[in-house]
Formats: sequence, C-alpha cells, structure tokens
Amino acid sequence: MRLRVDGKAVFAYTANHELDAKKRSVVFIHGAGLDHSWFGLQSRYFGYHGWNVLALDLPGHGRSEGPPLPSIGAMADWVAGVLDAAEIGKAALVGHSMGTLVAVECAARHAGRVERIALIATAYPMKVAEAFLEAAKRNDYSAFDMHTIWGHAPQVPLGGNPNPGMWMYGDTQARLERLAPGVLHADLKASNDYALAGAVKCPALFILGRRDVMTPPRAARTLQEQIPSAQTVVIDFSGHSLMAEAPDATLDALIGFLR
Amino acid sequence: MAGPKYPGFDTLALHAGQSPDPATGSRAVPIYQTTSYVFRDTEHAASLFNMERAGHVYSRISNPTVAVLEERIAALEGGVGAIATASGQAALHLAIATLMDAGSHIVASASLYGGSHNLLAYTLKRFGIDTTFVAPRNLDDWKRAIRPNTRLLFGETLGNPGLDVLDIPALADMAHGAKVPLLVDATFTTPYLMKPFALGADLLYHSATKFLGGHGTAIGGVLVDSGRFDWEASGKFGTLTEAYAGFHNMDFEEESGTRAFLLRARREGLRDFGACMAPMTAFQILQGVETLHLRMPRHVESTRKVVQFLAAHAAVARVIYPELPEHPDHALAKKLLPLGAGAVFSFEVKGGRPAGKAFIESLRIFSHLANVGDAKSLVIHPATTTHYRMSDADLQKAGITAGTVRLSIGLEDAQDLIDDLDRALKVSQK
Repeated sequence: MRLRVDGKAVFAYTANHELDAKKRSVVFIHGAGLDHSWFGLQSRYFGYHGWNVLALDLPGHGRSEGPPLPSIGAMADWVAGVLDAAEIGKAALVGHSMGTLVAVECAARHAGRVERIALIATAYPMKVAEAFLEAAKRNDYSAFDMHTIWGHAPQVPLGGNPNPGMWMYGDTQARLERLAPGVLHADLKASNDYALAGAVKCPALFILGRRDVMTPPRAARTLQEQIPSAQTVVIDFSGHSLMAEAPDATLDALIGFLR
Repeated sequence: MAGPKYPGFDTLALHAGQSPDPATGSRAVPIYQTTSYVFRDTEHAASLFNMERAGHVYSRISNPTVAVLEERIAALEGGVGAIATASGQAALHLAIATLMDAGSHIVASASLYGGSHNLLAYTLKRFGIDTTFVAPRNLDDWKRAIRPNTRLLFGETLGNPGLDVLDIPALADMAHGAKVPLLVDATFTTPYLMKPFALGADLLYHSATKFLGGHGTAIGGVLVDSGRFDWEASGKFGTLTEAYAGFHNMDFEEESGTRAFLLRARREGLRDFGACMAPMTAFQILQGVETLHLRMPRHVESTRKVVQFLAAHAAVARVIYPELPEHPDHALAKKLLPLGAGAVFSFEVKGGRPAGKAFIESLRIFSHLANVGDAKSLVIHPATTTHYRMSDADLQKAGITAGTVRLSIGLEDAQDLIDDLDRALKVSQK
C-alpha cells in the first residue's frame, strides 16, 4: 500500500489485503537499518487472520522515501501520520528494537491512537556502543558486521535457520547493503539519544530473547518498571532477531497478546 | 567491547546450517528420509501452506537434511540463502525459469559446459528464450550483445574446458548498468577458491556433484542468491515484482525483499518443475563439504605439479592453465584466484586425435569418464564427449581442438599421477 505522509511517499505492506474499517489494525515498526519484510511471517499471519496489517518502511528505508527521521519522537509522530493517511483511528503497534522505542513513544504521545504495544527485543535506555555508532557515521562496513553479528544469538552461524535454506547473516548483510549512506547512523543515533518523557497507559507485552547480545533481557528492566502492567515472554535460544530466529514462538506470543 | 568476528570458512564448512539434532542429539546431520511432515493441527497446516510459519511441508519443497546443505553453502558463499537441486543443470534451469518468460534473452559465455550450452542454444529456444554466445574475454562483445529484452548475463568462473577466467567485476558492472543480474557457474572454483558475490556476481550455482561432494557418489546442484540485486529498482523482472496468481497474488519482492528470488524459485520452481535434491544426496554432499577446505589446497598443489610436468614434456603441444604466464587470463587469475586456478585443466597431445586416443587408453590411474572434481583423477576428450553436440565453429569459440584432453587432478600421490601421464604420453607418440 502506498500512502503519503508529510508530502513524502510511504510504503506499508498489507499482506495483500485492502484495509477494512470493520477490522482491528496492527502496525509493525522495524528496527535500525531494516524494513517491513523483517516481520515477513508474523505480519502475513495477521493479514490472513482478520486484521488490517500495516508493516511499515520507515522514511529512507525499503520503499519509503527518505530522508530518515532524526529522532524517535519524529518517528512516533510519523506513525500517527501514517494512521491518519490510512484512515485508521486506533491500532496495536508491534515494534522491533528501535521500533519498540517508536511504539513506546507513540503510545505516550498519541495515547488515543494506540490500543496496545508489543515490544520485541528492547532496551531502555537503548545505548549503542560507541564503536558501532562511529562506524555507522563513517558508513564503514564494520557497522554492518556489528549489526549482523550482535543482531543474532551467538549460535546462529553454527545452527540451523528455522526458515529452510536461508542464511541469517547473509540476509542481514544484504539488507544493510541496500541502505543509503547515513541511514543506519541516523537510526542508531535516534535510538541512542532517546529519552521517554511521557507515560504509557495501554497494555504492553515484552518479547525478549534470552541470548540477545544487543538488547539482553536485563536491559529491558527500566522500561518494564515504567509499564508495571506489562507482560513479558522470554524466548530461550533466541537472540535479537526473534522474528527470524524464533518465528513461531514470537508469533505465538503476539497472537496471545493481540487476540 | 571487542569487535565482532565471523566464524572462519573451515568452521562454517563443518557447522553452518546444523545444530545437534534436537530430537536425538545426533552430531552428524541426520538423513530425514521422509516425504512429508505431520502438522500439529489444521491451523498449523494452513499457516505453513500460506507462509505464515516457517517449517517443512513436503520434501519436494524443503527437507531438513537438504536445508542444512543449502544453508551451509549459502554461508560459505556469503549469500542470503540457497536451494539444492537434483543436479547442476537443474540449478541453472531453476535460475532462468525464475527470472524470465518467453521472449527474454540471455548473453552467455561461449565457453560453457556442453550441457549448459545445449540448454541455452537448443532447449530454451524452444520455449522462447534466446541466447547470444560471446567470447568470454571480449567485453565489447558482451556489451554489444545486450538487448532491451536481455534478462541475464551468464558465464563460468573458469570456462570449460579452456579455463577462461571470467572477469566477474567487469561483467557485473556491465550487467548492473543494463539492470540485469550476473549469474555464474562456480563449480570449478568452489567457495574455497573464489567468492563470486564479493566480486560483484548476483547469483551463482554449483554442480555439487563435483568438488563440493568431491567423491563421485552423488548428483546434485545448489543455486545461491547474494540478495544484493534490487529487482524492484531494475523494473525488468515481473516474476519477482508483480502479483503472481499461482501463489495468492504474491509480489515476491514486496513480500520478502532480499529473499524474493529464492522464495519464487522454491515456491514455484521446486513446486512445479520438481527438480529437488534427495535427502540422502544432501547427506553425501555434506560429507564432502566438511572437508572442502582440506581437499581444495591439495587438489591445487597437485595440479600445479602436474601442469609443470606437462608444460615441459616433449609430447605436449600446449597446456591451458591460468597460472601459466602464457595463458591469456594469467593476470586476471592472479587477481581473482589467489589461492589457485582450480584442479581442472586442458592440454593438447601432439599427434592429434590418434595420439589423444592412445594417450587416454594407456592411462592406469586416471579414470576415463565424464566428470570432474572427484577425489580420484579423471581424464576426458571433450570433442568426442562433453562437447560432442557442439558445431566445429562453436568448439573453436570454446577453445577446443581434436587433440584437447581435459584432466581433473585428484588427491592421489602427485608423483604417481605424473608417472602415469609420462608413460601414457610415451605410448601416444609411438
């Protein structure tokens, strides 16, 4: 689905379905340097099970026009703008990594638009390693290496991919190589600089990977304390890329929360 | 924080794609000799069929043993994923059928394996896909042959049997300028000797029958996608960027981005053409892959010794191997193949066809058969076997003469191989 927000072209994957005002809506928000297809299996499931799905390409990512937005706040307002453009009053938000911060901020700023939030692999504050930020600033390939390696559980290169025949490291590298220069740094800086000012009142679910190197479960504790009613599901054996490393467990957690 | 580190090639060759079997703890890759997989319930079945969950449905589409091989080769090549096929030829066909329709055009190197040449020159033509063959070293010819309906540039990393070194960086630039991908047959080089994706190729395949399997026991192929080609930006690949009625109007690029090509190849190509790999075959090829990093250096080391011997032999008119200074691609080989130019090469016996016949029939260690990349040393006469369907003109384009003999150097004692060749050459000159 193609929309326009702030005069710029936006792409949202809808699982090949027209939006229907009678259905509940769920918006998927990807992490730094990635795109809508990172939620491939999960977004497709909800699209074929009675939901309006909008799996977004954030500005400057995938098929959405750039430039990338400079802050989590700007991304949160942009998501509200997408809901306006799609004529969706209220939606559940599912974020991954940087996308979790966008979901949290959107829930705080636009409480009336957000039904609930699911946060997959999150941390607060989401401090990014200085070496990672610097490499991304220089558009150095080592930033892609850090994203790829830290973005998966340590056993991933030696283990099997649940998605037959696919190589997770290669897929991540290929996605990052498609980015315009500066996009990854903008995302990482926005995540690193983010500070939550408001409060989240809606229901929330944390889905965390026990082997997450980038945002280990303990790094979510501060945010969990700020949303005391939130539920938490910790998935064994998964790292940061839960949608690819543990697609069924991640989907089951989302189904249980959104149903 | 210490910088992150990827596992090395040797580690990936042994481990990528498999963790110990969760059901039994089996360390070796289990052979899942099954056609199909029990669904948990009807909802699970529907989710698998509609690609909402990952997993296996039917072994023509995917199989756990085959998936280990696919992931392992993708890891060794640096691709996003791979599909194992019934043969190398099936991999080539799968790539082409996934990319294009009738009315499309391919520009291919003239120095191809005879089977690949047949597929392009005759069989695909019947289905409306035309190919222009060009001299692999002549970049101007490649460029001139590209038409508005061209959808692919294709060549072998090392041409067969003239050992032309494909200038992958230059051809990749040319292909990308024309908004089409570059596909390479990497069989002769394996991921140990060359990484075509790092040089700019977009797609590659192997006849896994050869060095990957390495023991002459199983026929198979593997098609790998780099995930780097932007099908949407190209605008020339409707099979990947337009709604496909054969799978719920799926737009594969929209659905999966970097995985679009492999998704269509698996969901259409394996489903409909059905040239899948058997699990037992995948297991056998995996045994070979696990020692690829040990075997390839030995193959190359022995090849160098044999090449030096033949180059100095009075009964040999010429030796065609890119590491020799007189080979036209010597400089390119040094650049693209620093670990060695492979273990398959050609030479010409003085005395033409009768001498060649006497030579082959006098060998004792070398086996006369239609294969390469075995642990055992092999010999063949291309003009009467692998390339026999090619016209004289096409043979000439591919650098083959009546006296050309192709050797594949195995893992035997190198001096024994040299002694065998020496004796047969003497017989050939009588």
